[in-house]
Amino acid sequence: MTEPGHIDQQDGRLAIAGDWTLVHYSTLKRQVERLAGSREPSHQGIDLERLDALDTAGAVLLMELVGPAALAAIDDWASDLPATRRALLRTLGEAMADNQPPTARPARPLRDTLARTGQMVEELWQQQRQLLGFIGQVLATLAATAWRPGRWRITSVVAQLHQTGLNALPIVALLTFLVGAVVAFLGATVLRDFGATIYTVNLVAFAFLREFGVLLAAILLAGRTASAFTAQLGAMKANEELDAVRTLGLDPIELLVLPRVLAMMLTLPILTFVGMLSGILGGALVCLLALDISTAQFLAILERDIAVQHFLVGIGKAPVFAFLVAVIGCLEGFKVSGSAQSVGEHTTSSVVQSIFVVILLDAIAALFCMEMGW
Amino acid sequence: MRAAQASTSEAPLIRVRGLENRFGQHVVHEDLELDLYPGEILGVVGGSGTGKSVLLRSIVGLLRPRAGRIEVFGEDLQSLSADARSRLERRFGVLFQRGALFTSLSLQENVALPLIEHAGLARADAEALARVKLALAGLPGEAAIKYPAELSGGMIKRAALARALALDPEALFLDEPTAGLDPIGAAAFDRLILTLRDALGLSVFLVTHDLDTLYTACDRVAVLSRKRVLVADRLDVVAATDDDWIHDYFHGPRGRAAQRAANPVEDP
Repeated sequence: MTEPGHIDQQDGRLAIAGDWTLVHYSTLKRQVERLAGSREPSHQGIDLERLDALDTAGAVLLMELVGPAALAAIDDWASDLPATRRALLRTLGEAMADNQPPTARPARPLRDTLARTGQMVEELWQQQRQLLGFIGQVLATLAATAWRPGRWRITSVVAQLHQTGLNALPIVALLTFLVGAVVAFLGATVLRDFGATIYTVNLVAFAFLREFGVLLAAILLAGRTASAFTAQLGAMKANEELDAVRTLGLDPIELLVLPRVLAMMLTLPILTFVGMLSGILGGALVCLLALDISTAQFLAILERDIAVQHFLVGIGKAPVFAFLVAVIGCLEGFKVSGSAQSVGEHTTSSVVQSIFVVILLDAIAALFCMEMGW
Repeated sequence: MRAAQASTSEAPLIRVRGLENRFGQHVVHEDLELDLYPGEILGVVGGSGTGKSVLLRSIVGLLRPRAGRIEVFGEDLQSLSADARSRLERRFGVLFQRGALFTSLSLQENVALPLIEHAGLARADAEALARVKLALAGLPGEAAIKYPAELSGGMIKRAALARALALDPEALFLDEPTAGLDPIGAAAFDRLILTLRDALGLSVFLVTHDLDTLYTACDRVAVLSRKRVLVADRLDVVAATDDDWIHDYFHGPRGRAAQRAANPVEDP
């Protein structure tokens, strides 16, 4: 008894027949569109007697045929239809009677591109301003709490130390070990031509003490911890927890940001130190196995050639990097606006920004140290 | 458990038998029985933590019960193949407590998604249909291109209802639809559900705390207490049941006020 919905044309009248349901939507839509071109929407000359099943999709198509106003007044012209059918059609007609479709903005490619570019530049500028402002806020809060041990959040700092430091230790050690080995291989390959493979030791030590130890650890923390900070604070922001903290008379910067920043500033120097050791270890292993430089010889060269200032240059950068990575992570978390998409965007942004800042600062520091002869 | 006299003749759309749910040591449901009949609005009430939402989640298949049988449209959801299950799931719509709209999609895209995925409509057709559903749920036309973050709680509920109705489901599951709405918005939502039920012939499973909703919208009320459905029947029968919790619920100050509001004439 069920047949696909269709429209029969007889003597200028339109007979609506069959199942007008979602399943037959596309075929019905074509028929309705063909008819809609040749006639004004009205209920004149439309028979609904042979209509079988009807759902909202079918009702919408009927509405295109007769218009919302006629649909709302269905009781007047199709009173022999079952009451539930009429209720559906009437409800739909009433809902759509004064419903204006959203007006789409006309596309202007050139203007839109310019506007987008301007917007991005503006956002970049605002982002830097916000970051500077936030750094100031964090430092001010730090200064205010530093002299009051009662307001130190020791437990919180220790918990963050555990998460950002201890849990990151294995991956930092492994990564720097591997890079150390790679640097040693590179050095050995290049220096062999000059008969200077022994200087591989200096290369590995220089590279890891001054640059790679801190850089690798900082980049790892930027990827691992800055993103975690953003996601944590972002989820809290979306859940209105940050607002709750404020209304309880607490300072979210003191409560949430300071422990994270301080923990990072303690963590990164330690991780950097571990990174240096394990990078040099990787280099030493390659020297021992591939270049026949014994460990005793390796250590002797280290002691003779490598001054402690290289270590200080490397480790001195760690707290600065840590501060920036943590602050960027937290600030991006505060910027989250409630949607899942926003959490994702800001997490990405925080990782990209913090890695960028770390590498940029490291490059500037390298230039500076070179000019200073450190 | 007694069913309402009017619907005993028909086979239930959803039949829950011997349902058991537990989280660790905590038993939520034990030997729970419940029926939902075609075309009725069943209100499910119970104190906080009696497992109303857990029951809803088990019926729609989001939660695997420890024991018991849940038949939806005469079939056991848990024993079906993934394909058959997906086909069955298209026949019911769910409105989650906080809307659960996809935040990265505009309202019309939210509603159009199931139409595109399941009904295979072209995007333009699906979005046109989605706009109608949004209007049917009582949203103004310009809201269709807005994103969930730009909307008030009441509008999100309406949009989520439109999404639940996208595929013209036979059964509609509503988890506290009027929670967080102002009384005017809540009353309008109750009327909307009644209108849609009458127009679309829906069966509605409605978890609620809202006494006004019970009085204005529900045909039958099921009371969840002590890990099972204590009673499921017409409101006057349920309200007269001899149980402390039911008595406090329906004859407390709020219960009396809701009853007066629903039946102003019968009030002495």
